[in-house]
Amino acid sequence: MKEILARTPESLVEADADTWEEDSIEAPQPVVDRSGDPGRLDARLTRIVIRPTAGWRSINFGELWRSRELLFFLIWRDVKVRYKQTVFGAGWAIFQPVMTTIVFNVVFGKFGKMAESVELPYPVFLYAALLPWTFFAGAVSQGGISLIQSRQMISKIYFPRLLIPFSAVGGQSVDFAISFLVMVGMMVWFGVAPSLNLLLLPVLVVGTIVAALGASTLLASLSITYRDFRYVIPFMIQLWMFACPVPYDISRVPQEWLLLYALNPMAGMVDGFRSALLGQPFHWSVLGVSFASTGILFIAGLAYFRRVERRFADIA
Amino acid sequence: MSRIAVRIQNLGKKYQLGARGKKYSTIREAIIEAAKAPWRRWRELTGRENDSQAFWALRDISLDVPEGSALAIIGHNGAGKSTLLKILSRITEPTTGQVEIEGRLGSLLEVGTGFHLELTGRENIFVNAAILGMSHSEVKRRFDEIVAFSGVEKFLDTPVKRYSSGMQVRLAFSVAAHLEPEILVVDEVLSVGDAEFQNKCLGKMRDVASLGRTVLLVSHDMAAVESLCQRACLLDAGRLVGVGSVSDIVRQYLESTCELSGEIDLERHCGRPPGVRPIFQRLRMLDGNQGLSPVVRVGGTIRFEIGMHSETPQSARNLVFQVIDSRGLTIFTTSTLQHQNERLEIHGYCEVGCSIQNVRLTPGRYHLRFALRNGRRVLDEIRSDVEFEVLRLSENSSVKPPTAQSGVIVAEAQWDFRSQVMSSV
Repeated sequence: MKEILARTPESLVEADADTWEEDSIEAPQPVVDRSGDPGRLDARLTRIVIRPTAGWRSINFGELWRSRELLFFLIWRDVKVRYKQTVFGAGWAIFQPVMTTIVFNVVFGKFGKMAESVELPYPVFLYAALLPWTFFAGAVSQGGISLIQSRQMISKIYFPRLLIPFSAVGGQSVDFAISFLVMVGMMVWFGVAPSLNLLLLPVLVVGTIVAALGASTLLASLSITYRDFRYVIPFMIQLWMFACPVPYDISRVPQEWLLLYALNPMAGMVDGFRSALLGQPFHWSVLGVSFASTGILFIAGLAYFRRVERRFADIA
Repeated sequence: MSRIAVRIQNLGKKYQLGARGKKYSTIREAIIEAAKAPWRRWRELTGRENDSQAFWALRDISLDVPEGSALAIIGHNGAGKSTLLKILSRITEPTTGQVEIEGRLGSLLEVGTGFHLELTGRENIFVNAAILGMSHSEVKRRFDEIVAFSGVEKFLDTPVKRYSSGMQVRLAFSVAAHLEPEILVVDEVLSVGDAEFQNKCLGKMRDVASLGRTVLLVSHDMAAVESLCQRACLLDAGRLVGVGSVSDIVRQYLESTCELSGEIDLERHCGRPPGVRPIFQRLRMLDGNQGLSPVVRVGGTIRFEIGMHSETPQSARNLVFQVIDSRGLTIFTTSTLQHQNERLEIHGYCEVGCSIQNVRLTPGRYHLRFALRNGRRVLDEIRSDVEFEVLRLSENSSVKPPTAQSGVIVAEAQWDFRSQVMSSV
């Protein structure tokens, strides 16, 4: 019946059906009689109180947890859309770090003679660092503008706003996973054997994601208020890379500056990736400082996001 | 006694308006201002600038919505209706006051929020449903229903960007229609799509309301409002100016609206075709009690009075009135020739009146078109932008009122019922 109706250009039949149906209803009456037991009702229904808030607000973890399906769908949408109507599809996830490796190998390795001071094959040395860095750069640039891009949604429907930068980072982590395959291939090709250091890799992956989440939420909430950040973010990421041991080894950093250098969350993560993947000794103090600053960045990002969240719909 | 589903207390929402528009007279001033601009803008963006004006989009709104009732929120553009819905949907925070909501609230301020043109219909159903707050299992269970309601099953695996805009809207609405919150908040969704789609939406909303759910509806379509809601509230410039039965509030609204006024100046009216010298001066619409009103109830009387003026003597064959419904269908045409076979001589000021008794049009908005003709020659004509509204019979009659869906006219039908005892077989 419904199929026929949907295809009928004139809604005559349907309108009639509507009218008949309506006739049988005298006045809208609640089907369920709920007047008897108010206590039961209160327990069943959720109760929301909306009132103005001020200052810093805590994070509603329960709400975030209930929205995990939505987070999944937003990530899924992000990934689906990214490679629709492209010839190489997910191949682009690999293309970017591989091309960067090749260019850096020529520019820094050959022209800059960086390769000479590195014991390992320079391309593997580079790729091990570019792996987390490419993810971080992609996640922060996408996450940073995610709120601006979703302003249509922000002003039309309510859901935990944190899901927006989170899903942007989540979308990039799919690429992150794919680019690991190249790492495996390169290690086989250049004959770099994995070591027990690999056990620390999951921790570093989590650390990198947390750093990306922190930076994304902070920049997203800044850029929706101050659109200047749209122009600052790409430029900032470009410079940020040189503050991480990507083309060079961390041993090049003067010892007295090392802990200050490690305040950059990604410095420790990038170096940690290299050590974990290529079996180099870990720089524990650098790792410690970077993990601490990652935690601070994450908390600061979320706190600032929550503080300005209430204005998003008005300024989006 | 019914419970309160939504309790709004002293709600207010303030926006900052940037005051701008200073003009700099000298280049020197302009350069100084340009140099100071980042600093000034920074102060503005952080909200420290007190140069800007405060604007209250909503002020002191207090309102109780009983559970299971359908409440219409009406008002002019900029009255604060959408802001109110945004606060209820938690999209934006109020500046003052509070709202208590009992139950799950689903809001539909736009159809197809989060739709992505590159995704297929199927993919968009899942994403959109998740955004609207449906769980994945819920969507899976009702997927076939959603698809059938939308009528786009053949194109489910086609990217939405290849859909016609009508198909996109239908798909989006069918997702939204299967949302089952205890309280449903809807903003002007009915204004998109064709008549068939609008009927479908209305039917679905009626179902929702009749199942004991609470509905809050913003609409400019008074016929829809009257057929869906029992109660209404009227907002004007951010304040609540009336709450009551839907027919009272609709009347109050229509009478306050300037586009629909009982007296229209026709001297420089935009509905006149270009190049026509104005003869019509004004139009007055009167109700049965000679009060100015562009609103008539089914069965009532409406009187049109046209004032005409001409410096030079004009002789016209007749004056024609035409009533056209919102779908463009001509309902009837009437002319002075029906009354007298004499010419109309206009020199100086004169008035012609036309009373239409026992208006049997179904509730809705109607256009009035009129022309002063001399044979084929048009002396003056108003083609558009004159409207009046027909309201349903009476506010608390238990009889189900006819709506625009039931036809063009309200028949004056008499029903009787005789039962015959059937002899048992």
